[in-house]
Amino acid sequence: MVVSEAASSPAASKPAALEMRGVTKRFPGVVANDHIDLDVRRGEIHALLGENGAGKTTLMNILYGLVTPDEGEILLGGKPVTIASPADAISQGISMVHQHFMLVPVLTVAENILLGEEPMANPVLMDRKAAHTRIRELGRFFGTEIDPDLRVASLSVGWQQRVEILKALYRNADILVLDEPTAVLTPQETKEIFAVLRRLTAEGTSIIFISHKLYEVLEIADRITVIRRGKVVGSRIPSETDEDDLAELMVGREVELTVDRGESHPADVTLAVAGLTVSDDRGHEVVHGLDFEVRAGEVFGIAGVAGNGQDELVEALAGLRRPAGGTVELSGRTITGASPRRLHNLRVGFVPADRHRYGLVLVFPLTDNSVLTSYYRAPYSRGLVRDADAIGRHAEQVIKDFDVRTPSPLVHASTLSGGNQQKLIVGREFFGDLRLLVLDQPTRGLDVGSIEFIHRQVIAKRDAGTAVLLISAELDEVLELSDRTAVMYRGRLVAVVDGRSATREEVGLLMATGGREGPPPIIAEGAA
Amino acid sequence: MNLRRARDAAIIPGLAIVLALVFGSLIVIFSSPLIFGLDLTLPLVAYKALVEGSFGSFGAVISTIVNAAPLILAGLAVGVAFKAGLFNIGAQGQFLTGGLAAAAVGAWLAHAPGPVAIPLALVAAILVGSVYGAIPGFLKAYTGAHEVVTTIMLNYIALYIVAYVVTGPLRAVGATFARTPDVGNASLPILVGGNGHLGVLFAFVAIPLAWWLLYRSTIGFEIRTVGAGPDAARYAGMRPRLLIVVTMAFCGGLAGLAGAGEILGLTGFMPAGYSTNVGFDGITVALLGQAHPIGIMFAGILLGAMRAGAPLMQIEAGVPAQMVDVLQGAILFFLTAEILVRYLFRIRAKSAKVAELQTVASSYGGQATPTQ
Repeated sequence: MVVSEAASSPAASKPAALEMRGVTKRFPGVVANDHIDLDVRRGEIHALLGENGAGKTTLMNILYGLVTPDEGEILLGGKPVTIASPADAISQGISMVHQHFMLVPVLTVAENILLGEEPMANPVLMDRKAAHTRIRELGRFFGTEIDPDLRVASLSVGWQQRVEILKALYRNADILVLDEPTAVLTPQETKEIFAVLRRLTAEGTSIIFISHKLYEVLEIADRITVIRRGKVVGSRIPSETDEDDLAELMVGREVELTVDRGESHPADVTLAVAGLTVSDDRGHEVVHGLDFEVRAGEVFGIAGVAGNGQDELVEALAGLRRPAGGTVELSGRTITGASPRRLHNLRVGFVPADRHRYGLVLVFPLTDNSVLTSYYRAPYSRGLVRDADAIGRHAEQVIKDFDVRTPSPLVHASTLSGGNQQKLIVGREFFGDLRLLVLDQPTRGLDVGSIEFIHRQVIAKRDAGTAVLLISAELDEVLELSDRTAVMYRGRLVAVVDGRSATREEVGLLMATGGREGPPPIIAEGAA
Repeated sequence: MNLRRARDAAIIPGLAIVLALVFGSLIVIFSSPLIFGLDLTLPLVAYKALVEGSFGSFGAVISTIVNAAPLILAGLAVGVAFKAGLFNIGAQGQFLTGGLAAAAVGAWLAHAPGPVAIPLALVAAILVGSVYGAIPGFLKAYTGAHEVVTTIMLNYIALYIVAYVVTGPLRAVGATFARTPDVGNASLPILVGGNGHLGVLFAFVAIPLAWWLLYRSTIGFEIRTVGAGPDAARYAGMRPRLLIVVTMAFCGGLAGLAGAGEILGLTGFMPAGYSTNVGFDGITVALLGQAHPIGIMFAGILLGAMRAGAPLMQIEAGVPAQMVDVLQGAILFFLTAEILVRYLFRIRAKSAKVAELQTVASSYGGQATPTQ
């Protein structure tokens, strides 16, 4: 386990661990992968960049045996192989850590890691002891030991991420595919995971790293391959490129990575929250007496690591959860515990974090989704009767105004890429003259082009005099858009800083520690 | 676009029917008297008689639609609930209680003028069916009790309520077996043929009504949203709990109306051992019709035709009439074994297309219960 200088020397001289040659996959109406060549060398971190829908996922699904390619071949260690199923992939040393964790929350760390690969003491019983020893060993390799008997549900997201990687390591992965591994992590946690990844590559593991965060890719990758519309459009070495160059390659045009937010002109207090207390599903208080105000014409950002009470806070403000205490006022009117319908009638727009669960009905066409929160009102509905023409016209307008790329307004929302789904939701919720806009992780998992677009719209709404409350685990987003930034930590707002002068490091540290020095918690807040 | 969608929706039910007929032929062949050896043509003779008995003459067609009518109503009672993410196994209980209400009011108003007696008996059936459907809806919405469990239990309760009322308080005086008194003037008028009663029309009116409700009305949009995305429905400001109760009441009303049609249009009274499976067959109809009102109409007519043609099949081919139950069971089997059917015929699943059956498996779980 000694990391020698030789092991970390430039990866260029190393043999190829994986080669994908001319991989092509056609789906009805679209070529998802068009003769893609990708080679990953031993001990290399190879970043795969591309917009949502560019074909990264299809390519990785081919590698993982979930999708059969129409053309092309895959070589492992120079030998052509066929990968027919994920089990096949795993047995050939390919492991995948998905963006959405595939862990069973009620099982322990050990049980999750062993699932399907249980070491047997005899034909009936599992060898728990051997398993635990091996898990502890692997954990030590991570730099921090993990208790194999902890329930996954009680772990913080950063630790769940580590369990996912442990799972892959346990299966002796030579090639590890990480799909947006840092999406839910704090800057500090990201740094720790990066250290782990470097240790892995030093041991000879090859890593395919998928991310939308350009600065991360530049920091961690040895090489970068950019895919656009199913084709490889370029390869780069971090030292010879920068964020602007990568963004342009990805999107195919110049992209402004930070929107020009201009001057803001805050006016009267629109949203006033006083002593707001909210409990989670199990009745534990997770938001402890919050006080804050959002003024018309300003963006108030709440940064924080996921799971510090933001979800419950947003649900309380959106009428999805009854607050346990405190008051919420909208332009002087008490709206504590008001229903979603009442809030909508008071011109409050809400972009929920989980677009598949709350924001859209995936099996409905875009037309129905474009009026999901306003379907009951004229002109979309008169009395008991829906007006399909009016709904269709509205959908067309949202699609046009918010650049939703779709073959037709009648296709199911499930057929759109994540970015286009989000643009549809944003288009729907930003529609009309709003008093307050609540944005919960508005750009999670989106590509730079979509993020740029949505950020512009947020600023436009702010300038139109809407009060904007932005809750995001994406630190850069909060810093870029907010006039004032609060940091939420363990159910409290631990600091409110000026959004324009605050630095990443300053806010990142507040997110991780709540202002007190010390390591980030292993166990999530409120865990049993 | 619409035609293509209809074709896509019909492909699995169509293949399920084909497979059921093949399976049925094997049963017919191997259950025929073996002393004469296996008669490979017997299935053709039987199926020919089945078609003749259901569509071969004017009377046969009438018999088919009279049989189809209650199946369509019960199918809608199950299918509309599917759309709200609810698996209404309770159509049978709603059918029985509705029928009992019609029999009771009909007997009470047996000597009143028909234009008074008939509407009142029908309204009573719809109301009682609605209430009987609303009970599991309410339990689901406000306590989280799963509707599959509660409706099954309510089916038994309905069965014994009927048995009690018919043998006790409402037993007809002087009848040779336990039954309610004749409904007299509350009988539905015969419009066509020997038994083509007014109740048949209700089914064919209910189809466009249910279609309009689901796909053109605001409340239908809410119902479908609750079924397809319960959390999205809450987010959209809908009231899932209320909608669950309302939907179940509506479905119960349809099943109750089916019961009224059978009592007021065919039997004229409610017998103690009233043994029909209309409510349960409604589940097959709804699945075969892919929970769409138009599909349910065709499915109802198909099953009605099998019922209507069964006697002729027995006479001409010597195949027991119960063979149609076997066919119906096989259809249901192949429908629910969709993966098997797709495999046999190499049909790729469109990922978004299986939503309806997922509804059955993962209906509106515990999410209706208070989370605060």
